[in-house]
Amino acid sequence: MEAGRDERLREKSLWRRMLLRPEAGALGGALVVWLFFVVAAGDRGFLSLRGTATYLEVAAELGIVATAVALLMIGGEFDLSVGSLMGAAGMLLTILAVHYGWHLWAALAAVMAFAVVAGLFNGYLVIRTGLPSFIVTLATLFVFRGVTIGVTRLVTGRTQVGGLQESAGYDAAHTLFASDIMIAGVGFPVSILWWLGLVTFATWVLLRTPFGNWIFGTGGDAKAANSVGVPTGRVKVTLFVGTALAAALVGVIQAVAFTGADVLRGELREFYAIIVVVIGGTLLTGGYGSAIGAAIGALIFGMVRQGIVFTGVDADWFKVFLGGMLLIAVLVNHWVRRRAMQG
Amino acid sequence: MSTGNTPILETRGLSKFFGRVIALKDVAMRLHQGEVVALLGDNGAGKSTLIKCLSGVHQPDMGEVLMQGKPVQFKEPRDALKCGIATVYQDLAMIPQLSIARNFVLGAEPTRGWGPFRWLDMKSAALTTHGGLTRLGIELRDTSEPVGTLSGGERQSVAIARALHFGARVLILDEPTSALGVKESERVLRDIDSARRRGAGIILITHNVHHAYPVADTFTILRRGRTYGTFAKDAVTRQEVLTMMAGM
Repeated sequence: MEAGRDERLREKSLWRRMLLRPEAGALGGALVVWLFFVVAAGDRGFLSLRGTATYLEVAAELGIVATAVALLMIGGEFDLSVGSLMGAAGMLLTILAVHYGWHLWAALAAVMAFAVVAGLFNGYLVIRTGLPSFIVTLATLFVFRGVTIGVTRLVTGRTQVGGLQESAGYDAAHTLFASDIMIAGVGFPVSILWWLGLVTFATWVLLRTPFGNWIFGTGGDAKAANSVGVPTGRVKVTLFVGTALAAALVGVIQAVAFTGADVLRGELREFYAIIVVVIGGTLLTGGYGSAIGAAIGALIFGMVRQGIVFTGVDADWFKVFLGGMLLIAVLVNHWVRRRAMQG
Repeated sequence: MSTGNTPILETRGLSKFFGRVIALKDVAMRLHQGEVVALLGDNGAGKSTLIKCLSGVHQPDMGEVLMQGKPVQFKEPRDALKCGIATVYQDLAMIPQLSIARNFVLGAEPTRGWGPFRWLDMKSAALTTHGGLTRLGIELRDTSEPVGTLSGGERQSVAIARALHFGARVLILDEPTSALGVKESERVLRDIDSARRRGAGIILITHNVHHAYPVADTFTILRRGRTYGTFAKDAVTRQEVLTMMAGM
């Protein structure tokens, strides 16, 4: 055979290459959703900077968790405990700072340490038992939530704790986690920057580091990856620590923003995170997906959630829309993957 | 060879049990530098279990593995790879969704940069892949295509090229020619020969004596989890090997 290109190879157009990226479907979806709300609520504030800021904030807070969940799902595992961990992290921060009078930064360090331990616990439980992470983290979803409620009631006698603004170090924490960046007189929450930073970092890890290659390998076929020297167990545990840390970050952002915490905060977030990750083109079976896709998924989530409010339609319909989007996304992804595998 | 007669890889009294099943019992085999050992045996003889013990997938329950005369323990495949033992499994161990180049370097990715900021050098990965494939005489299309788009034979060629590239000292090939066409098979056998001449030791697992006989120097025959015997090629005929394998 002649050196160089194979004559049996069909030219692949740029357009097809674009279409076969995991996030292609989500990008199209985001455009459709945006146009829909521009038509339905464009004159009621959806198009305004203020309107944009509100849906970006919703997208950011879910997107931070979804980014970490995307990496974990590409690595072939689920984490259903992230919602409970959000609640636990916010409450731990508030109790330490308000009830025990810790400096907020010390409390913050303790919360992050707690998140690492929770992530290690999830991760080791999954790789040691060999049980599906769906079941293991479904269990820890309830355990973490239950412990949060139980301990909070035991220590404070309540289920909501406030007064975080009184604690030492609050102002600096507020600047870092909950301040607004003014653009043309409209405040954009700083959590949007956290989100964008995290998506950039996750994308770099996925596509430009050996660890990213290991994530794809671990999720694609853990046994095969392991046999060529990928430490698949360590990869998974690291990713579980990542989801726990991301959940804790959002818990902290919300606690600082609302100057307190509620034991029930973060409920259902684990499912929302999985939904936006899947809308973003990541396969439920692992081995394929992108952090940018998850970000676009979170953007769709934010636009729908806030867009419905702007249209004046009862916000209850939001969940119908979300479920419908999930189904469509899975169908599109299934089709895209079949095309991708055929070259 | 300067290493004299110390085998680069040797097993002594190797045993492996799965529950009540005795998969391997007191298996002894030796592999020297520049030698091709054909590991022969019928289905269920323990060939796969043995190579999984040698490549770190399984840990033997009794006995030991020695490299260059020194006992070694592989907790995971990564340890074996670090010692220069690369294995091509029958099921090929490739990730269908990943590109050919990414599969090729998986677990041994070339990096640039420093410390925690090292990044994956995709250009070098593509070059390594291309070089490894060309050396085997494989002209693949775009190495950024997913492995899932390759035919079985092409996948096998990539897996072998990969092992040849990274398995500097010991190359373990599990039924390497089973999914290949005639021309591809010849190329693989020729490449086994050139890897041998570069000084690698090669373990060739097969139940097809006709593929093994032309390239192998030594035949180690497994039967029902035990070593039945080891024979130099000039000491046995093809027919004798076949008879011993079948246990007739």
